[in-house]
Amino acid sequence: MTSRVVAMTIIFGIILLAAIIGLYSGRKRQMTLEQWTVAGRGFGLIFVWLLTAGEVYTTFAFLGASGWVYSRGGPTLYILAYMSLAYVLSFFILPDIWEAGRKFSLHTEPDFFQQRYGSKALAAFVAIVGVVFIIPYLQLQLTGLGIIVEVASFQAISRPLAMLIAFVVVAGFVFASGIRAVAWVSVLKDILMLFAALSIGIGIPFHYFGGIRPMFKILVATKAAHLTMPGSTAHMGHTWYISSVLLSALGGYVWPHNFGSAFTAKSGETLRRNAVIMPLYMITMPMLFFVGFTAVLVLPRLANGDLALLTLVRQTFPAWFLGIVGGAGAVTAMVPAAVLILTASTLFAKNFFRPLFQPSMTDDDVAKLARILVIVLTGIALTLAIFSSISLVELLLLAYAGIGQFFPGVIFGLYWPRVTTMGVFSGLISGVGLAMLLVFSKHDPVFGLNAGFIALCLNVMVTVAVSLLTTAQRSGLEERTEAIAVAD
Amino acid sequence: MKKPTAGALLLAFVPFLAVCFSVSLWDRVYPLIFGFPFNLFWLICWIPLTSLCLWGAYHLMDSSNKRGSHE
Repeated sequence: MTSRVVAMTIIFGIILLAAIIGLYSGRKRQMTLEQWTVAGRGFGLIFVWLLTAGEVYTTFAFLGASGWVYSRGGPTLYILAYMSLAYVLSFFILPDIWEAGRKFSLHTEPDFFQQRYGSKALAAFVAIVGVVFIIPYLQLQLTGLGIIVEVASFQAISRPLAMLIAFVVVAGFVFASGIRAVAWVSVLKDILMLFAALSIGIGIPFHYFGGIRPMFKILVATKAAHLTMPGSTAHMGHTWYISSVLLSALGGYVWPHNFGSAFTAKSGETLRRNAVIMPLYMITMPMLFFVGFTAVLVLPRLANGDLALLTLVRQTFPAWFLGIVGGAGAVTAMVPAAVLILTASTLFAKNFFRPLFQPSMTDDDVAKLARILVIVLTGIALTLAIFSSISLVELLLLAYAGIGQFFPGVIFGLYWPRVTTMGVFSGLISGVGLAMLLVFSKHDPVFGLNAGFIALCLNVMVTVAVSLLTTAQRSGLEERTEAIAVAD
Repeated sequence: MKKPTAGALLLAFVPFLAVCFSVSLWDRVYPLIFGFPFNLFWLICWIPLTSLCLWGAYHLMDSSNKRGSHE
Protein backbone atom coordinates (compact mmCIF):
# COMPACT_ATOMS: atom_id res chain seq x y z
CA MET A 1 0.00 0.00 0.00
CA THR A 2 1.23 3.49 -0.71
CA SER A 3 1.49 5.88 2.20
CA ARG A 4 -1.32 7.93 0.68
CA VAL A 5 -3.71 4.99 0.90
CA VAL A 6 -2.66 4.11 4.46
CA ALA A 7 -3.18 7.68 5.71
CA MET A 8 -6.53 8.05 3.95
CA THR A 9 -7.81 4.70 5.18
CA ILE A 10 -7.07 5.66 8.77
CA ILE A 11 -8.61 9.14 8.46
CA PHE A 12 -11.82 7.83 6.96
CA GLY A 13 -11.86 4.96 9.44
CA ILE A 14 -11.85 7.56 12.24
CA ILE A 15 -14.58 9.63 10.55
CA LEU A 16 -16.67 6.48 10.17
CA LEU A 17 -16.15 5.59 13.82
CA ALA A 18 -17.31 9.11 14.78
CA ALA A 19 -20.42 8.60 12.65
CA ILE A 20 -21.24 5.29 14.33
CA ILE A 21 -20.77 6.71 17.85
CA GLY A 22 -22.83 9.77 16.96
CA LEU A 23 -25.73 7.87 15.44
CA TYR A 24 -25.73 5.28 18.22
CA SER A 25 -25.72 7.82 21.08
CA GLY A 26 -29.30 9.00 20.60
CA ARG A 27 -30.76 5.54 20.06
CA LYS A 28 -33.97 4.60 21.84
CA ARG A 29 -34.63 8.15 22.90
CA GLN A 30 -37.51 10.16 21.62
CA MET A 31 -35.93 13.31 20.20
CA THR A 32 -38.09 16.01 21.75
CA LEU A 33 -36.85 19.60 21.69
CA GLU A 34 -35.71 19.19 25.31
CA GLN A 35 -33.73 15.99 24.54
CA TRP A 36 -32.30 17.21 21.26
CA THR A 37 -31.06 20.60 22.44
CA VAL A 38 -30.21 20.16 26.15
CA ALA A 39 -30.21 16.36 26.65
CA GLY A 40 -33.06 16.63 29.16
CA ARG A 41 -30.80 18.72 31.47
CA GLY A 42 -29.28 15.49 32.77
CA PHE A 43 -25.51 15.70 32.13
CA GLY A 44 -23.24 15.12 35.13
CA LEU A 45 -19.67 16.33 35.52
CA ILE A 46 -18.10 13.93 33.01
CA PHE A 47 -20.47 14.72 30.15
CA VAL A 48 -20.46 18.46 30.81
CA TRP A 49 -16.67 18.28 30.77
CA LEU A 50 -16.65 16.34 27.49
CA LEU A 51 -19.10 18.75 25.92
CA THR A 52 -17.32 21.95 26.97
CA ALA A 53 -13.92 20.49 26.08
CA GLY A 54 -15.38 19.43 22.75
CA GLU A 55 -16.60 22.94 22.08
CA VAL A 56 -13.51 24.97 22.96
CA TYR A 57 -10.89 22.84 21.26
CA THR A 58 -11.72 23.58 17.64
CA THR A 59 -9.80 23.32 14.39
CA PHE A 60 -8.56 26.78 15.14
CA ALA A 61 -6.70 25.47 18.18
CA PHE A 62 -5.32 22.54 16.18
CA LEU A 63 -4.20 24.24 12.96
CA GLY A 64 -4.60 27.90 13.82
CA ALA A 65 -2.52 27.98 17.02
CA SER A 66 0.52 26.31 15.48
CA GLY A 67 -0.04 28.40 12.35
CA TRP A 68 -0.06 31.65 14.34
CA VAL A 69 3.03 30.59 16.29
CA TYR A 70 4.71 29.97 12.96
CA SER A 71 3.67 33.16 11.20
CA ARG A 72 3.21 35.63 14.10
CA GLY A 73 5.08 34.23 17.09
CA GLY A 74 4.63 35.99 20.47
CA PRO A 75 1.08 37.36 20.03
CA THR A 76 -0.22 33.76 19.84
CA LEU A 77 0.29 33.53 23.60
CA TYR A 78 -3.08 35.26 23.97
CA ILE A 79 -4.71 31.87 23.27
CA LEU A 80 -3.09 30.36 26.40
CA ALA A 81 -4.37 33.25 28.49
CA TYR A 82 -7.93 33.79 27.30
CA MET A 83 -9.08 30.20 27.50
CA SER A 84 -8.30 29.86 31.23
CA LEU A 85 -9.83 33.26 31.94
CA ALA A 86 -13.02 32.28 30.14
CA TYR A 87 -13.34 29.37 32.61
CA VAL A 88 -12.81 31.74 35.52
CA LEU A 89 -15.78 33.79 34.31
CA SER A 90 -17.84 30.69 33.65
CA PHE A 91 -17.30 29.66 37.27
CA PHE A 92 -19.47 32.61 38.37
CA ILE A 93 -21.79 33.15 35.42
CA LEU A 94 -22.81 29.70 34.17
CA PRO A 95 -24.44 28.48 37.41
CA ASP A 96 -26.65 31.61 37.38
CA ILE A 97 -27.55 31.07 33.73
CA TRP A 98 -28.29 27.42 34.49
CA GLU A 99 -30.57 28.48 37.35
CA ALA A 100 -32.58 30.74 35.04
CA GLY A 101 -32.69 27.95 32.46
CA ARG A 102 -34.15 25.45 34.90
CA LYS A 103 -36.66 27.89 36.31
CA PHE A 104 -38.05 29.02 32.97
CA SER A 105 -37.29 25.95 30.78
CA LEU A 106 -34.88 27.84 28.55
CA HIS A 107 -33.14 26.07 25.65
CA THR A 108 -31.18 28.85 23.97
CA GLU A 109 -29.47 32.18 24.56
CA PRO A 110 -32.28 34.18 22.86
CA ASP A 111 -34.72 32.36 25.21
CA PHE A 112 -32.75 33.98 28.03
CA PHE A 113 -33.01 37.43 26.44
CA GLN A 114 -36.73 36.98 25.90
CA GLN A 115 -37.30 35.89 29.50
CA ARG A 116 -35.13 38.62 31.00
CA TYR A 117 -36.23 41.54 28.81
CA GLY A 118 -39.70 40.34 27.81
CA SER A 119 -39.14 41.27 24.17
CA LYS A 120 -39.66 38.89 21.27
CA ALA A 121 -38.08 41.39 18.89
CA LEU A 122 -34.88 41.55 20.95
CA ALA A 123 -34.77 37.74 21.20
CA ALA A 124 -35.31 37.37 17.44
CA PHE A 125 -32.56 39.93 16.81
CA VAL A 126 -30.15 38.06 19.09
CA ALA A 127 -31.06 34.82 17.30
CA ILE A 128 -30.42 36.18 13.83
CA VAL A 129 -27.15 37.90 14.84
CA GLY A 130 -26.15 34.59 16.46
CA VAL A 131 -26.86 32.59 13.31
CA VAL A 132 -25.10 35.14 11.09
CA PHE A 133 -21.89 34.93 13.15
CA ILE A 134 -22.06 31.18 13.74
CA ILE A 135 -21.88 30.63 9.97
CA PRO A 136 -18.33 32.06 9.54
CA TYR A 137 -17.21 30.01 12.58
CA LEU A 138 -18.74 26.94 10.99
CA GLN A 139 -17.10 27.81 7.70
CA LEU A 140 -13.78 27.98 9.57
CA GLN A 141 -14.22 24.40 10.85
CA LEU A 142 -15.10 23.20 7.36
CA THR A 143 -12.14 24.90 5.73
CA GLY A 144 -9.82 23.50 8.41
CA LEU A 145 -11.15 20.01 7.83
CA GLY A 146 -10.70 20.39 4.09
CA ILE A 147 -7.08 21.43 4.59
CA ILE A 148 -6.39 18.44 6.85
CA VAL A 149 -7.72 15.83 4.46
CA GLU A 150 -6.10 17.48 1.47
CA VAL A 151 -2.63 17.54 3.06
CA ALA A 152 -2.96 14.10 4.65
CA SER A 153 -4.03 12.54 1.36
CA PHE A 154 -1.02 14.08 -0.43
CA GLN A 155 -3.52 16.15 -2.47
CA ALA A 156 -5.28 13.00 -3.71
CA ILE A 157 -8.64 14.05 -2.26
CA SER A 158 -9.74 17.57 -3.08
CA ARG A 159 -10.87 19.97 -0.37
CA PRO A 160 -14.51 20.24 -1.51
CA LEU A 161 -14.93 16.45 -1.63
CA ALA A 162 -13.42 16.02 1.86
CA MET A 163 -15.67 18.76 3.27
CA LEU A 164 -18.70 17.24 1.63
CA ILE A 165 -18.08 13.75 3.05
CA ALA A 166 -17.29 14.92 6.58
CA PHE A 167 -20.24 17.25 6.74
CA VAL A 168 -22.76 14.75 5.51
CA VAL A 169 -21.57 12.70 8.50
CA VAL A 170 -21.88 15.66 10.91
CA ALA A 171 -25.32 16.70 9.68
CA GLY A 172 -26.36 13.05 9.92
CA PHE A 173 -25.51 12.52 13.56
CA VAL A 174 -26.74 15.93 14.65
CA PHE A 175 -30.02 15.24 12.87
CA ALA A 176 -30.34 11.85 14.55
CA SER A 177 -28.99 12.36 18.07
CA GLY A 178 -28.72 16.08 18.81
CA ILE A 179 -26.47 17.27 21.65
CA ARG A 180 -25.92 13.72 22.96
CA ALA A 181 -24.02 12.87 19.77
CA VAL A 182 -21.71 15.81 20.36
CA ALA A 183 -20.81 14.70 23.89
CA TRP A 184 -20.23 11.08 22.86
CA VAL A 185 -18.14 11.86 19.78
CA SER A 186 -16.08 14.15 22.06
CA VAL A 187 -14.83 11.03 23.85
CA LEU A 188 -13.19 9.84 20.64
CA LYS A 189 -11.97 13.34 19.86
CA ASP A 190 -10.37 13.91 23.27
CA ILE A 191 -8.50 10.61 23.25
CA LEU A 192 -7.14 11.16 19.73
CA MET A 193 -6.34 14.80 20.37
CA LEU A 194 -4.43 14.06 23.58
CA PHE A 195 -2.43 11.32 21.88
CA ALA A 196 -1.71 13.44 18.80
CA ALA A 197 -0.79 16.63 20.69
CA LEU A 198 1.54 14.88 23.15
CA SER A 199 3.32 12.79 20.56
CA ILE A 200 3.87 15.56 18.01
CA GLY A 201 4.60 18.24 20.63
CA ILE A 202 7.41 16.14 22.08
CA GLY A 203 8.30 14.04 19.02
CA ILE A 204 8.79 16.79 16.44
CA PRO A 205 11.26 18.97 18.40
CA PHE A 206 13.04 15.74 19.42
CA HIS A 207 13.34 14.49 15.83
CA TYR A 208 14.93 17.70 14.53
CA PHE A 209 16.82 19.08 17.52
CA GLY A 210 17.03 16.32 20.11
CA GLY A 211 14.41 17.87 22.41
CA ILE A 212 12.35 20.93 23.31
CA ARG A 213 15.15 22.65 25.21
CA PRO A 214 17.72 22.51 22.37
CA MET A 215 15.01 23.66 19.93
CA PHE A 216 14.34 26.79 22.00
CA LYS A 217 18.08 27.35 22.43
CA ILE A 218 18.53 27.69 18.67
CA LEU A 219 15.35 29.75 18.32
CA VAL A 220 16.42 32.18 21.05
CA ALA A 221 19.84 32.54 19.45
CA THR A 222 18.53 33.16 15.94
CA LYS A 223 15.02 34.60 16.21
CA ALA A 224 14.56 35.98 19.73
CA ALA A 225 12.26 38.80 18.53
CA HIS A 226 9.75 36.26 17.18
CA LEU A 227 9.21 34.90 20.70
CA THR A 228 7.87 38.04 22.39
CA MET A 229 5.17 40.49 21.38
CA PRO A 230 4.63 41.89 18.80
CA GLY A 231 6.60 38.96 17.30
CA SER A 232 6.55 39.05 13.52
CA THR A 233 3.55 41.40 13.36
CA ALA A 234 3.39 45.18 13.18
CA HIS A 235 0.64 46.07 15.64
CA MET A 236 0.07 43.15 17.99
CA GLY A 237 1.81 44.54 21.06
CA HIS A 238 0.77 44.56 24.71
CA THR A 239 -2.34 46.73 24.34
CA TRP A 240 -3.54 44.43 21.58
CA TYR A 241 -2.82 41.44 23.83
CA ILE A 242 -4.78 42.79 26.81
CA SER A 243 -7.77 43.88 24.70
CA SER A 244 -7.87 40.59 22.78
CA VAL A 245 -7.57 38.46 25.91
CA LEU A 246 -10.40 40.42 27.54
CA LEU A 247 -12.68 40.32 24.49
CA SER A 248 -12.16 36.59 23.97
CA ALA A 249 -12.49 35.71 27.67
CA LEU A 250 -15.65 37.79 28.07
CA GLY A 251 -16.99 36.67 24.70
CA GLY A 252 -16.27 32.98 25.27
CA TYR A 253 -19.44 32.14 27.15
CA VAL A 254 -21.79 34.40 25.23
CA TRP A 255 -21.30 32.23 22.16
CA PRO A 256 -24.78 30.77 21.77
CA HIS A 257 -23.47 27.18 21.72
CA ASN A 258 -21.39 27.62 24.90
CA PHE A 259 -24.25 29.43 26.58
CA GLY A 260 -26.66 26.67 25.59
CA SER A 261 -24.35 23.93 26.85
CA ALA A 262 -24.89 25.29 30.37
CA PHE A 263 -28.48 24.03 30.14
CA THR A 264 -27.38 20.42 29.62
CA ALA A 265 -25.95 20.21 33.15
CA LYS A 266 -28.00 18.61 35.87
CA SER A 267 -27.04 21.28 38.41
CA GLY A 268 -25.29 24.62 38.71
CA GLU A 269 -22.83 22.89 41.01
CA THR A 270 -21.74 20.61 38.15
CA LEU A 271 -20.88 23.68 36.07
CA ARG A 272 -18.88 25.23 38.89
CA ARG A 273 -16.85 22.04 39.42
CA ASN A 274 -16.32 21.79 35.67
CA ALA A 275 -14.90 25.33 35.64
CA VAL A 276 -12.35 24.33 38.29
CA ILE A 277 -10.96 21.42 36.26
CA MET A 278 -11.32 22.87 32.73
CA PRO A 279 -8.09 24.94 32.72
CA LEU A 280 -6.13 21.68 33.14
CA TYR A 281 -7.38 20.54 29.76
CA MET A 282 -5.36 23.42 28.29
CA ILE A 283 -2.11 21.65 29.10
CA THR A 284 -1.99 20.09 25.62
CA MET A 285 -2.10 23.53 24.02
CA PRO A 286 1.62 24.36 24.59
CA MET A 287 2.44 21.10 22.77
CA LEU A 288 0.93 22.56 19.61
CA PHE A 289 2.96 25.72 20.22
CA PHE A 290 6.17 23.63 20.25
CA VAL A 291 5.27 22.26 16.82
CA GLY A 292 4.76 25.80 15.49
CA PHE A 293 8.10 26.95 16.91
CA THR A 294 9.91 23.94 15.41
CA ALA A 295 8.33 24.78 12.05
CA VAL A 296 9.86 28.28 12.21
CA LEU A 297 13.30 26.66 12.09
CA VAL A 298 12.60 23.63 9.89
CA LEU A 299 10.23 25.05 7.26
CA PRO A 300 11.34 28.66 6.90
CA ARG A 301 9.37 29.54 3.76
CA LEU A 302 5.84 28.22 4.06
CA ALA A 303 3.25 30.33 2.24
CA ASN A 304 0.36 29.44 4.56
CA GLY A 305 1.06 29.12 8.31
CA ASP A 306 -2.10 27.04 8.78
CA LEU A 307 -0.32 24.21 6.95
CA ALA A 308 2.75 24.21 9.23
CA LEU A 309 1.63 21.47 11.62
CA LEU A 310 0.45 18.99 9.02
CA THR A 311 3.35 19.58 6.68
CA LEU A 312 5.79 18.86 9.51
CA VAL A 313 3.89 15.75 10.61
CA ARG A 314 3.81 14.52 7.01
CA GLN A 315 7.54 14.84 6.51
CA THR A 316 8.51 13.54 9.97
CA PHE A 317 6.31 10.54 10.71
CA PRO A 318 5.19 7.35 8.91
CA ALA A 319 1.90 7.37 7.00
CA TRP A 320 -0.17 5.56 9.63
CA PHE A 321 0.72 8.25 12.15
CA LEU A 322 -0.17 11.00 9.69
CA GLY A 323 -3.52 9.21 9.38
CA ILE A 324 -4.12 9.35 13.13
CA VAL A 325 -3.16 13.02 13.40
CA GLY A 326 -5.31 13.80 10.36
CA GLY A 327 -8.20 11.84 11.85
CA ALA A 328 -7.79 13.66 15.19
CA GLY A 329 -7.85 16.95 13.30
CA ALA A 330 -10.91 15.94 11.30
CA VAL A 331 -12.90 14.97 14.42
CA THR A 332 -11.68 18.18 16.08
CA ALA A 333 -13.41 20.07 13.28
CA MET A 334 -16.51 17.87 13.31
CA VAL A 335 -17.39 18.08 17.02
CA PRO A 336 -17.56 21.90 17.28
CA ALA A 337 -19.19 22.01 13.85
CA ALA A 338 -21.90 19.66 15.08
CA VAL A 339 -22.74 21.80 18.08
CA LEU A 340 -22.63 24.99 15.98
CA ILE A 341 -25.04 23.53 13.44
CA LEU A 342 -27.35 22.32 16.18
CA THR A 343 -27.35 25.69 17.94
CA ALA A 344 -27.84 27.75 14.79
CA SER A 345 -30.79 25.62 13.65
CA THR A 346 -32.47 25.80 17.05
CA LEU A 347 -31.96 29.58 17.25
CA PHE A 348 -33.47 30.06 13.82
CA ALA A 349 -36.43 27.75 14.32
CA LYS A 350 -37.30 28.58 17.92
CA ASN A 351 -36.37 32.23 18.34
CA PHE A 352 -36.68 33.67 14.85
CA PHE A 353 -39.09 31.68 12.69
CA ARG A 354 -41.70 30.70 15.29
CA PRO A 355 -42.31 34.10 16.94
CA LEU A 356 -42.24 36.03 13.68
CA PHE A 357 -43.96 33.74 11.19
CA GLN A 358 -45.71 30.82 12.86
CA PRO A 359 -46.60 31.54 16.53
CA SER A 360 -48.89 28.51 16.65
CA MET A 361 -46.00 25.99 16.33
CA THR A 362 -45.61 23.49 19.17
CA ASP A 363 -42.20 22.56 20.59
CA ASP A 364 -42.37 19.33 18.56
CA ASP A 365 -42.88 21.33 15.37
CA VAL A 366 -39.90 23.49 16.33
CA ALA A 367 -37.77 20.39 16.84
CA LYS A 368 -38.83 19.08 13.41
CA LEU A 369 -38.08 22.38 11.69
CA ALA A 370 -34.72 22.64 13.49
CA ARG A 371 -33.72 19.18 12.29
CA ILE A 372 -34.56 20.13 8.70
CA LEU A 373 -32.57 23.34 9.12
CA VAL A 374 -29.52 21.25 10.08
CA ILE A 375 -29.34 20.17 6.46
CA VAL A 376 -30.01 23.67 5.06
CA LEU A 377 -27.39 25.38 7.25
CA THR A 378 -24.79 22.71 6.56
CA GLY A 379 -25.40 23.34 2.87
CA ILE A 380 -24.93 27.11 3.25
CA ALA A 381 -21.69 26.78 5.23
CA LEU A 382 -20.40 24.20 2.73
CA THR A 383 -21.14 26.49 -0.21
CA LEU A 384 -19.40 29.41 1.53
CA ALA A 385 -16.40 27.28 2.45
CA ILE A 386 -16.00 26.04 -1.12
CA PHE A 387 -16.47 29.36 -2.90
CA SER A 388 -15.23 32.10 -0.58
CA SER A 389 -11.57 32.97 -0.25
CA ILE A 390 -11.55 34.59 3.22
CA SER A 391 -8.77 33.26 5.52
CA LEU A 392 -9.19 31.29 8.76
CA VAL A 393 -7.92 34.15 10.88
CA GLU A 394 -10.26 36.72 9.35
CA LEU A 395 -13.20 34.40 9.92
CA LEU A 396 -12.36 34.01 13.59
CA LEU A 397 -11.82 37.73 14.16
CA LEU A 398 -15.11 38.55 12.49
CA ALA A 399 -17.06 35.96 14.47
CA TYR A 400 -15.58 36.92 17.86
CA ALA A 401 -15.96 40.66 17.26
CA GLY A 402 -19.64 40.14 16.47
CA ILE A 403 -20.64 37.58 19.11
CA GLY A 404 -18.76 39.38 21.91
CA GLN A 405 -21.43 42.07 21.67
CA PHE A 406 -23.94 39.82 23.49
CA PHE A 407 -21.90 40.24 26.67
CA PRO A 408 -23.55 43.39 28.14
CA GLY A 409 -27.06 41.99 27.58
CA VAL A 410 -26.17 38.80 29.45
CA ILE A 411 -24.13 40.31 32.31
CA PHE A 412 -26.34 43.33 32.96
CA GLY A 413 -29.35 41.07 32.55
CA LEU A 414 -28.07 38.87 35.38
CA TYR A 415 -26.59 41.46 37.74
CA TRP A 416 -27.85 45.00 37.01
CA PRO A 417 -31.57 45.49 37.74
CA ARG A 418 -31.68 48.94 36.10
CA VAL A 419 -30.84 47.72 32.55
CA THR A 420 -33.69 48.13 30.04
CA THR A 421 -34.70 46.46 26.77
CA MET A 422 -34.07 49.65 24.82
CA GLY A 423 -30.63 49.95 26.40
CA VAL A 424 -29.56 46.43 25.41
CA PHE A 425 -31.09 46.78 21.94
CA SER A 426 -29.27 50.06 21.19
CA GLY A 427 -25.99 48.80 22.69
CA LEU A 428 -26.13 45.59 20.67
CA ILE A 429 -26.87 47.38 17.39
CA SER A 430 -24.09 49.94 17.87
CA GLY A 431 -21.60 47.27 19.00
CA VAL A 432 -22.28 44.87 16.13
CA GLY A 433 -22.34 47.79 13.67
CA LEU A 434 -18.98 49.19 14.79
CA ALA A 435 -17.38 45.72 14.94
CA MET A 436 -18.40 44.91 11.36
CA LEU A 437 -17.38 48.35 10.12
CA LEU A 438 -13.90 48.04 11.63
CA VAL A 439 -13.28 44.44 10.57
CA PHE A 440 -14.54 44.88 7.00
CA SER A 441 -12.65 48.17 6.50
CA LYS A 442 -9.49 46.31 7.65
CA HIS A 443 -9.15 48.45 10.80
CA ASP A 444 -8.40 45.55 13.11
CA PRO A 445 -6.38 46.13 15.24
CA VAL A 446 -7.17 49.85 15.50
CA PHE A 447 -4.87 52.11 17.61
CA GLY A 448 -3.20 48.91 18.79
CA LEU A 449 -6.46 47.61 20.26
CA ASN A 450 -8.64 44.68 19.22
CA ALA A 451 -11.53 46.05 17.10
CA GLY A 452 -14.12 43.83 18.78
CA PHE A 453 -12.99 45.19 22.14
CA ILE A 454 -13.49 48.80 21.03
CA ALA A 455 -16.95 47.88 19.74
CA LEU A 456 -17.69 46.22 23.09
CA CYS A 457 -16.69 49.40 24.97
CA LEU A 458 -19.07 51.45 22.82
CA ASN A 459 -21.75 48.81 23.34
CA VAL A 460 -21.40 48.97 27.15
CA MET A 461 -21.51 52.79 27.17
CA VAL A 462 -24.60 52.91 24.94
CA THR A 463 -26.34 50.18 26.95
CA VAL A 464 -25.75 51.99 30.24
CA ALA A 465 -26.62 55.47 28.90
CA VAL A 466 -29.84 54.41 27.13
CA SER A 467 -30.90 52.26 30.10
CA LEU A 468 -30.57 55.22 32.45
CA LEU A 469 -32.52 57.46 30.03
CA THR A 470 -35.43 55.02 29.62
CA THR A 471 -37.88 54.11 32.38
CA ALA A 472 -36.89 51.27 34.69
CA GLN A 473 -38.53 47.90 34.04
CA ARG A 474 -38.88 44.71 36.02
CA SER A 475 -36.63 41.77 35.29
CA GLY A 476 -38.36 38.76 33.75
CA LEU A 477 -36.00 36.57 35.76
CA GLU A 478 -37.48 37.80 39.04
CA GLU A 479 -41.18 38.17 38.33
CA ARG A 480 -41.88 34.48 38.21
CA THR A 481 -39.74 33.71 41.23
CA GLU A 482 -41.98 36.03 43.21
CA ALA A 483 -45.08 34.53 41.69
CA ILE A 484 -43.87 31.06 42.69
CA ALA A 485 -42.98 32.32 46.15
CA VAL A 486 -46.51 33.67 46.51
CA ALA A 487 -47.99 30.43 45.23
CA ASP A 488 -45.90 28.46 47.74
CA MET B 1 -28.06 29.22 44.95
CA LYS B 2 -24.52 30.06 46.01
CA LYS B 3 -23.53 33.70 46.16
CA PRO B 4 -19.89 34.52 45.45
CA THR B 5 -18.03 35.85 48.50
CA ALA B 6 -15.59 38.76 48.36
CA GLY B 7 -12.71 36.34 48.96
CA ALA B 8 -13.79 34.13 46.06
CA LEU B 9 -14.06 37.11 43.70
CA LEU B 10 -10.64 38.35 44.79
CA LEU B 11 -9.10 34.93 44.24
CA ALA B 12 -10.69 34.74 40.78
CA PHE B 13 -9.20 38.12 39.91
CA VAL B 14 -5.66 36.84 40.55
CA PRO B 15 -5.41 34.95 37.19
CA PHE B 16 -6.60 38.09 35.36
CA LEU B 17 -3.75 40.04 36.95
CA ALA B 18 -1.24 37.28 36.33
CA VAL B 19 -1.86 36.43 32.68
CA CYS B 20 -3.55 39.55 31.29
CA PHE B 21 -2.89 42.95 32.87
CA SER B 22 0.71 42.29 33.89
CA VAL B 23 1.83 41.29 30.38
CA SER B 24 4.55 43.95 30.10
CA LEU B 25 6.27 42.52 33.20
CA TRP B 26 6.64 38.94 31.97
CA ASP B 27 6.69 39.18 28.16
CA ARG B 28 10.41 38.51 27.78
CA VAL B 29 12.69 35.70 26.58
CA TYR B 30 15.12 35.72 29.54
CA PRO B 31 15.64 34.19 32.00
CA LEU B 32 15.16 30.88 30.18
CA ILE B 33 13.58 28.41 32.60
CA PHE B 34 14.06 24.68 31.86
CA GLY B 35 14.95 25.96 28.39
CA PHE B 36 11.60 27.72 27.90
CA PRO B 37 11.36 31.42 27.06
CA PHE B 38 10.15 33.20 30.20
CA ASN B 39 6.77 34.34 28.80
CA LEU B 40 5.83 30.84 27.66
CA PHE B 41 6.97 29.32 30.95
CA TRP B 42 4.94 31.90 32.90
CA LEU B 43 1.72 31.17 31.01
CA ILE B 44 2.15 27.40 31.23
CA CYS B 45 2.59 27.73 35.02
CA TRP B 46 -0.64 29.66 35.21
CA ILE B 47 -2.71 26.86 33.66
CA PRO B 48 -2.62 24.72 36.84
CA LEU B 49 -2.44 27.83 39.05
CA THR B 50 -5.73 29.11 37.56
CA SER B 51 -7.34 25.80 38.43
CA LEU B 52 -5.92 26.13 41.92
CA CYS B 53 -7.38 29.64 42.34
CA LEU B 54 -10.80 28.41 41.26
CA TRP B 55 -10.52 25.44 43.58
CA GLY B 56 -9.80 27.90 46.40
CA ALA B 57 -12.75 30.08 45.39
CA TYR B 58 -14.97 26.99 45.29
CA HIS B 59 -14.06 26.08 48.86
CA LEU B 60 -14.37 29.64 50.14
CA MET B 61 -17.91 29.81 48.75
CA ASP B 62 -18.70 26.36 50.00
CA SER B 63 -17.69 27.08 53.60
CA SER B 64 -19.33 30.52 53.70
CA ASN B 65 -22.58 29.05 52.38
CA LYS B 66 -22.50 26.29 54.98
CA ARG B 67 -21.97 28.84 57.72
CA GLY B 68 -24.76 30.95 56.22
CA SER B 69 -27.23 28.05 56.28
CA HIS B 70 -26.42 27.14 59.89
CA GLU B 71 -27.11 30.61 61.16
